[in-house]
Amino acid sequence: MMRSAERGFPALLRFQKGGDFRMAEFHSTRRGFIGLGAAGALALGLGGGAQAARLTTTARIVIIGAGAAGTTLANRLVERLDGATITVIDPRREHLYQPGLSLVAAGLKPANYVVSQTTDWLPSGITLIREKAAAIDPLAKTVSTESGQRLDYDFLVVAPGLVLDHAAIEGFSPDMVGQHGIGALYAGPDHAAKTWEAAHTFSEEGGIGLFTRPATEMKCAGAPLKHTFLIDDIASRGGAKGKYEVHYACPQQVLFSVPIVSEKIRMLFGERRIATHFGQTLTAIDHGAKRATFATVTTDPATGQAVNSTTEMDYDYLHVIPPQRAPDVIRQSGLSWTDKWSDQGWVECDMKTLRHLRYPEIFALGDVAGVPKGKTAASVKWQVPVVEDHLIAAIGGRDGTAVYDGYTSCPMITRVGRAMLVEFDYHNNLVPSFPGLIAPLEELWISWLMKEVALKATYNAMLRGKA
Amino acid sequence: MQDLTFTTMIAVFEEIFGRSLFWLMVAAAIVVTGLYLYVLVRDRAVSWRKFLWAQVSMPFGAVAAVLFVQKVTSSGFRDIGGPIDVIVLLAVAAMGAVGAAILVYTAQSLMRGRAEKV
Repeated sequence: MMRSAERGFPALLRFQKGGDFRMAEFHSTRRGFIGLGAAGALALGLGGGAQAARLTTTARIVIIGAGAAGTTLANRLVERLDGATITVIDPRREHLYQPGLSLVAAGLKPANYVVSQTTDWLPSGITLIREKAAAIDPLAKTVSTESGQRLDYDFLVVAPGLVLDHAAIEGFSPDMVGQHGIGALYAGPDHAAKTWEAAHTFSEEGGIGLFTRPATEMKCAGAPLKHTFLIDDIASRGGAKGKYEVHYACPQQVLFSVPIVSEKIRMLFGERRIATHFGQTLTAIDHGAKRATFATVTTDPATGQAVNSTTEMDYDYLHVIPPQRAPDVIRQSGLSWTDKWSDQGWVECDMKTLRHLRYPEIFALGDVAGVPKGKTAASVKWQVPVVEDHLIAAIGGRDGTAVYDGYTSCPMITRVGRAMLVEFDYHNNLVPSFPGLIAPLEELWISWLMKEVALKATYNAMLRGKA
Repeated sequence: MQDLTFTTMIAVFEEIFGRSLFWLMVAAAIVVTGLYLYVLVRDRAVSWRKFLWAQVSMPFGAVAAVLFVQKVTSSGFRDIGGPIDVIVLLAVAAMGAVGAAILVYTAQSLMRGRAEKV
């Protein structure tokens, strides 16, 4: 349920030339609204933490993307900078709380649980251009929008997210979701809700549930597993009890990139009798016959060489996660890595500072960043302060010191009511937030409570630059 | 969590309940606690008769709090997975019990007026 208090903030939008508008007085209105509460907090001596000194500058900063990363950074920059021109470019009117999609696709939350307005979260004093960025010229330091508007920048932050390549799966299109036993929760809130329609039918009628993941890098690598766990759990309590099987097919040879987590999930899959099929990349669907085709890679036991073939699997419920890639504007602007992820186009950046390796005035944030881990909102929470530090240091003519070490977190839901709070870094080390208190590899109710109750709240606080 | 400061906690709670509801709840807790202190000071004694009724309400408060949390989080007793979960469950129950006791004691004191002699 969306809290009315959030929705009710009147964003006083003043339209400006070219269809852009400035987020005027929005912040002060919100402040007025919470004034009473804030006064109460101050009276109790609980007032805000130490604020970093503000820097006066005329720097022009362009942020491409008003998702989790772009919005959080914008909110933090306006608190740190005086006089900077901050422009956010994003055509999307709706902001999606993507960590909630797994809950929507399991019938635990309605579709609108994940939806708010982009303008609900942006601070005053910035300019939002509701268009797609069409081109980036990193040499001339300009960004062009699809209407032809050209923006010069001193610093550019690319945070446009990623695109789902549905067309890469032959015979599949997003409008099939919810019918023919097909689910695809990544495609958006409505598709997640339709995914639940298909999954619910499976959980009542039984049959074969087939869960997949793509060969590319992807958002929240835990989500395919969560969906598998949740639907298995719901089916085990529903009408399908005793007459269904669950299969998990993935292109990789492990269940999770962090070995210790992968082993734990292997054990849980074993307990739950979830069959695993490694080396399987979903390539085509025959929705009439309810048959999925996979490109299969196996190792020849005699020669040790990889052998390619195809495998067909029948299903009653199929969960599709398409390949994921950087948006075209990134790939066409020469910002991508050239020697890795060449089919995906993630931004070539330093994995510790997220600064572009060839264009130091460009930073990457969130899904689009070409770093080994971290296409999650939890990563964004840790990445943004690092980019903020280096960006502000650069404006002041200094070098930043903050380092991103690959932190990401995944409340790995294992059933309705329990989860494992898995947190790790670039080195595949577990980095628990509450060591000795909340065991990372234990299925716990408290971890579920965190996902259910506190996670969205923390996410929202992050968007506002406060967490 | 990166910086689990008090301000962060406040921000998170504001988001959980919505700003208005959160501060309303804080205000309600302060008001009830204030009234509780008021009746204690006014009566200059704890009324053990009222306290008895307050104690009787405690198990109901405890159970209600646990069921409320389970209801809003789609979970149940089968989801208790480790010691920390038992601690959380007991903490929720304790909060419900204490809250109910304070509420019942204060309500009685306010409705019946000055306490009879102990």
